[in-house]
Amino acid sequence: MHDFLAVILTTDFAFSVLRVTTPILFAALGALISNRAGIVNIGLEGIMLTSALLGVLVSAYTGSAWLGLLGAALGGLLIAGLLAFFTLQFKTHLILGGIAINAFASGGTIFVLYMLTGDKGTSSSLASKVLPSVEIPLIEDIPVVGPILSGHHVLTYLSIVAAVAVFVLLKKTPLGLQIRAVGENLHAAESVGVKVKRIQYTALLLSGLFASLGGAYMSMGYLSLFTRNMTAGRGWIALAAESMGRSTTIGTTITSFLFGFAEALSNALQLLKIPAELISTVPYVATILGLVFYSVSMTRKANKLLKKQKGPQA
Amino acid sequence: MLKSKHFELIRTAAVLLISLLLTFIMISFVSGSPLQTIGIFLYEPISSVSHAGNVVEMAIPLMFTGLALSLLFKMNMFNLGAEGIFYFSALVASAAAIHFSLNGFLHPIVAILLGGIVGALISGIPGFLKAKWNANELVTSLMFNSILYGVGQYILNYKLRDASAFQTASFKFEPTAVLDRIIPGTRIHTGLIIVLVCIVAGHYFMYKTKWGYELRMTGANREFAEYSGIKTGRVILYVHLLAGLIAGIGGSVEVLGMYSRFQWNALPGYGMDGALVAMLAKNNPLAVIGSALFLAYIRVGADMMSRYSDVPSELISIIQAVILLLVSADQFLKFWKNRMLLKEAKMNA
Repeated sequence: MHDFLAVILTTDFAFSVLRVTTPILFAALGALISNRAGIVNIGLEGIMLTSALLGVLVSAYTGSAWLGLLGAALGGLLIAGLLAFFTLQFKTHLILGGIAINAFASGGTIFVLYMLTGDKGTSSSLASKVLPSVEIPLIEDIPVVGPILSGHHVLTYLSIVAAVAVFVLLKKTPLGLQIRAVGENLHAAESVGVKVKRIQYTALLLSGLFASLGGAYMSMGYLSLFTRNMTAGRGWIALAAESMGRSTTIGTTITSFLFGFAEALSNALQLLKIPAELISTVPYVATILGLVFYSVSMTRKANKLLKKQKGPQA
Repeated sequence: MLKSKHFELIRTAAVLLISLLLTFIMISFVSGSPLQTIGIFLYEPISSVSHAGNVVEMAIPLMFTGLALSLLFKMNMFNLGAEGIFYFSALVASAAAIHFSLNGFLHPIVAILLGGIVGALISGIPGFLKAKWNANELVTSLMFNSILYGVGQYILNYKLRDASAFQTASFKFEPTAVLDRIIPGTRIHTGLIIVLVCIVAGHYFMYKTKWGYELRMTGANREFAEYSGIKTGRVILYVHLLAGLIAGIGGSVEVLGMYSRFQWNALPGYGMDGALVAMLAKNNPLAVIGSALFLAYIRVGADMMSRYSDVPSELISIIQAVILLLVSADQFLKFWKNRMLLKEAKMNA
């Protein structure tokens, strides 16, 4: 137990929580925004992976990390746009469309990597660039807080900004209101003149944009190269975080950190010879429990309502 | 003459044609000698008995997961848990294959049944949660995939791992547990018979029994089915149990038929591929055979292509994605169907 606390109660550990949360938070925000518009985007994993590769490729060929980021973002938008086109125009089933995107990304990234480098595993032969880390003046000098909050990757800070932005977008802007209206009841929204399809396109594209930033972070921050299947299920974790956070921005952000904490913990606990395999399942178990708890309470509420409605008539 | 009732068939054929054309186009772009590469892709899988055997071997697990997902999809449940169950049941069957000592007839049966039952029980949990409290089966089943993978890796690393093996792998299976080969010159195993029996039984179940009727009614409209007196909660539960049983048997058969140790260090992907198989088959159990064989054929073709030419096999996952996108697209070529309907209406008028 003492060892356990010694591992957790360090500034290094707190720092690493922020570090591993970044991609999850980005993707979870993506899941959130499309979910609020009534679209389950399970292609997040594939979008992240594609963007991770594109960031590396574009930065390697242009020599600029920022152009790499731009390339990653455009790639994410493109794939999300493709998914949107198929699901909204051709009426491909959402879930199957998402699976298709993931299949496309897992094989397609390796295919492209191999065609360009002759290597199926990593992009180590490419001189790709990394986005910088940022020291925050003043805060970096505060003891304990400084080493935890300062010196992070620029996208880590951006992910926090993005969470705030999504909160404002959904709560305070007309677009946010329309997104929520479409998600709540598509037909009702349509009847008052909301352009449903356009809103769903927008939501999916935004979702792709956020996921792509998470992907870019993986290959241009978390690591400094692309490796096959490097997102390793973070897109799925993001869906779990969103669902456990009950589709609210604050809830989703908190649960993203929870998942980040669990991941950092499973990394740290390997030092203590506690099986990381088992610890890594904790967040998923928690998600199921959270979902069951929520569903039970919703069912009870619905039953009560039903009884009330029936009561007076009977 | 083409009739509107053949539309689904025509559309599926069109999708396959488009995807094959796309494959050729992509090969032409990346290959130094495109025609030869296309030849390898198309011909190698049927060039010899052993290669054709590869196609059938590859199709067996796809048929299992395709069948399991057909049942769920037909009920309009998008449960993707077959992926994790396939993996975990294979591990359970492996444990039985390593630790039990039985004779050559009973050993595989016991191991496969054990894997199947474990699969059914696991699958029953999201089913129960859906039936009782309407908990989203997609989310719970995806979570279960991750949980099963974590627990599976734990069991493999701490309980079954053979330290003297070159890679992370379990101890060797007892020879009594391994499935017999049934066609000389190939590795096709008795699992083929098992899966065909399952498919025929699945077809009978879905179209000839009261339970199957209830399944289809629930899938068409759960509320309507409930009003007409079908206990849809019960239907959801037993279909989940059944799908889990099939996926579990599939994982067990695959590992006992094709391997001598358990050595999957990632989820094998058959569960997700099963979604494609089921969609291609339009959730019809008998059609699963054809669609699994088709998928296996282009996969083996891609494998051969990467072995004998300069194009990597990962090309196929791009093609798979295109097939899945188009084949599940309701509106794709719909205008054509409308035109046919119009024509027929005019002729009848």
